[in-house]
Amino acid sequence: MVTEYVLRKLEEILGAANVYASPAQVKAYECDGYVAFKSLPGAVVFPESTEDVSRILKLLSEERVPYVARGAGTGLTGGATPTRGDVVISLAKMDRLLSLDLDNHRAVVQPGFVNLELTKRVSGRSFYYAPDPSSQSVCTIGGNFAENAGGSHCLKYGVTTNHVTAATVVLPDGEIVELGSSFGDADGLDLLGLFVGSEGTLGIATEITVKILKKPQAVQTIMALFDRVEDASASVSGFIAEGIIPAACEMMDQLAMQAVDKSRYHVGYPSDVEAVLIVEVDGLEASVRALSQRVMDVCLKNGVREVRSAKSEEERALWWSSRKMAFPAIGRISPDYMVQDGVIPRSRLADVLKRIESISQTSGLRIANVFHAGDGNLHPLICYDSKKGETEIAQDVGRQILELCVDVGGSITGEHGVGIEKIVEMQYQFTQEELALQQAIRDQLDPKGLCNAGKLIPTPSRCMEMKGVAHPTVSSMEQILSASASVQTHIAR
Amino acid sequence: MSTQIEAMVRQTSFPFADAPDPAKFSVCVHCGFCLEVCPTYQEESNESHSPRGRVYLIKLASEGLIPLDEGVVSPVETCLDCRACESVCPSGVQVGALIEEARGQVYLARVENKKASGIQKLFLRGIFPYPARLHALGSLLRFYQRSGMQRIVRGTGLLRVLPDAMREMEGVMPEISAQRALTTLPERIPVAQPKRSVGLFTGCVMDVFFSQINEATARVLTKNHIEVHVPKRQLCCGALHVHAGDREQARQLAKTNIDVFLEEGVERIIINAAGCGAALKEYPELFKDDPVWHEKAVDFSARVRDISELLVEENFEKPKGRVERRVTYHDACHLCHAQGIRKEPRAILQSIPGVTLVPLPDSERCCGSAGIYNLTHPEMAGNLLERKMDDLPETIDAVVMGNPGCMLQLRLGVKKRQQDLDVLHTVELLDASYQKEGVTYGN
Repeated sequence: MVTEYVLRKLEEILGAANVYASPAQVKAYECDGYVAFKSLPGAVVFPESTEDVSRILKLLSEERVPYVARGAGTGLTGGATPTRGDVVISLAKMDRLLSLDLDNHRAVVQPGFVNLELTKRVSGRSFYYAPDPSSQSVCTIGGNFAENAGGSHCLKYGVTTNHVTAATVVLPDGEIVELGSSFGDADGLDLLGLFVGSEGTLGIATEITVKILKKPQAVQTIMALFDRVEDASASVSGFIAEGIIPAACEMMDQLAMQAVDKSRYHVGYPSDVEAVLIVEVDGLEASVRALSQRVMDVCLKNGVREVRSAKSEEERALWWSSRKMAFPAIGRISPDYMVQDGVIPRSRLADVLKRIESISQTSGLRIANVFHAGDGNLHPLICYDSKKGETEIAQDVGRQILELCVDVGGSITGEHGVGIEKIVEMQYQFTQEELALQQAIRDQLDPKGLCNAGKLIPTPSRCMEMKGVAHPTVSSMEQILSASASVQTHIAR
Repeated sequence: MSTQIEAMVRQTSFPFADAPDPAKFSVCVHCGFCLEVCPTYQEESNESHSPRGRVYLIKLASEGLIPLDEGVVSPVETCLDCRACESVCPSGVQVGALIEEARGQVYLARVENKKASGIQKLFLRGIFPYPARLHALGSLLRFYQRSGMQRIVRGTGLLRVLPDAMREMEGVMPEISAQRALTTLPERIPVAQPKRSVGLFTGCVMDVFFSQINEATARVLTKNHIEVHVPKRQLCCGALHVHAGDREQARQLAKTNIDVFLEEGVERIIINAAGCGAALKEYPELFKDDPVWHEKAVDFSARVRDISELLVEENFEKPKGRVERRVTYHDACHLCHAQGIRKEPRAILQSIPGVTLVPLPDSERCCGSAGIYNLTHPEMAGNLLERKMDDLPETIDAVVMGNPGCMLQLRLGVKKRQQDLDVLHTVELLDASYQKEGVTYGN
């Protein structure tokens, strides 16, 4: 509960202008990019420094008030959604680039600093920041840190954890700690690695040191249109078998192409191809030319209908926009959509896509597919209409797809995290013992269970609840969340 | 009770006709890709003052989940209606139209509660709809400037009692045009072997403050063998009314304009003010529930062209007179975001011998003018103007744009910083170049 006392204290720390408490002010914060679950925050606060965050967490810890950190609110699994009247700690005003060390390829940013903004700030000197989630024009590096965000180019360059070298983190009791080291591996246990991707459940990062890279000398982007998904999949396996590591290797199916072609980012895809591959190779001028030829050869060997490389920077940018805007463009063909984020072994692509198609047919919901084909990271976009009461069917379809991913040897998340959305599937992925171990680590750092509680790891009580419910509906989700809240309060005592 | 039945029982918080259209907000998928281009979000980092937040709150109010109180009014009123969000939205949400519809509800609720502000009513209902009164106001201002009153007022410190924003605007008010072009231009300016006939929409702010731009527009058109009609019964386009939520008055104005221009039988309707252009192109939005007028509005809107758009469409004659200028181009929101016009004005500027076009960083970010936003929200408008002034390249001698509101705002910026910089309309430079090669006025 956010009491009057807590509000007054928060205002003392941050000033009244940085504390929103009335329902009218906080309503827009009841969900992030995942809209299937909503719940009103107790307050929304805007710290501007590490010290602010530390003072807030000390207060909330003492008063046993739950809280959740939020960046741009573009997350797709409800990671920044309050679940029990939490205080939403918006980091949107902590958006400064603190320092830049071009000689040593390092930048230090506050968590609310926007991903693409970093590339913009250093591109004049031929540098860039490699992790590039589709939402990079708006998502924050703090959010990327929490979710261990990936992106189109993580096939070659790795995900966020490969680019964060150090961080200042405020622990749930308000203590400020430095994790990692700007250069070289930190000694001892890799605690920084533990924090990256912990979905804001272990503390709040307030200063993040990341690597910035020198832009490759040359880039070539290739578009390949396939009559059959199987041929596109075979080409992806073909690149890897040939020893080519593309900088990016993305696939979209016909429904996704249709949606994005209806948007501003119109490419004009043929309406009778089943799949398009967008492949990028980069490196030295000479090698790029040879590599792109090899990529095209592999496509030709696998029955591509048409393959060519971008003729201009403008065309290349359009192709990439078409891929990156594909998720929200689904709004053009469906009132609501839910995006899934499963990972499978690359060799199983064609097979898994067929099975997703049959799930789609059984459920009656259309599913568009957009994914990082190179690393087997699927993003099935489940189209539904919440007004027709299809939300629960969509959630069930999502669950079936994730279980399928686990069944073929993959996992339930590549880059979007677990949040609220996939918390039940965590039990499909992990045994009780494994989950208990994760919970034990979390309890060490957040013994009172206040820090983005109810996310990522299902509590034991939830596991039992789950056995009685095939899948959490929104209303059962509410019961479960409140049940786990009481358990956690109990543990805390 | 099932959620569907609940929804049916719930009362919407938008009780008046012409409410925000559910088909428009249901398109939003809540991705948030619009946040970073929104000037008010950039300034305040407040989700409620972002396009996604605003659309969401409008949706909740429409569904009766929140009341029509400050939680909706403030987000809807702080919006600049700049449409930058629409330029990036992958899903195609018409945020501007939703905001305008929501403002219609706020306006009607205030009228019902007798809370509409006196000044707003005076301008929207009492002056803009009447060309004669607008002209009289212009004459009064002109008298004020010419008679020495302005000097006296400025000297006595009387201005100190005016609100800051008004005082600032007073300081940059350009010399009021002696005569409105609507009055001085002939009803029809014939040309030999006309390629086309067009109707010139002269606008209010444009014609009161910058009638020379309307004259330049007419000259440029005739130079390109286009016959210009200036229908004398045309009225204010109604953009300011739509922005302020007075949709009924806007409809009245629109009906007259539609009739006047359609009766004139012109192929194109030409406008040189971005804000008016967007409003004229969006007339059909005002008549969603009126099939007869909707059809006429669609016919009318299909003929509307911004002057830069028409010139490029008609493959305008390349100017030959040298104009030695180093300029940058600012994209007026209602030109780039609302009408998608970006390349055309630049193509015109680059065609002029002697003109060097220097890129303006973030040229599509609002300057803070936004209709009368700089008067209603001076602080936000001031911050945005500061950012715009910071962005202007150092080496230029003029900043060019296609909207009178932006021109007034940028002049304020130039004056505040005491910069030696001209604020010009695209057409003025083209006209200057044509003039240098010797152009005759009409035939």
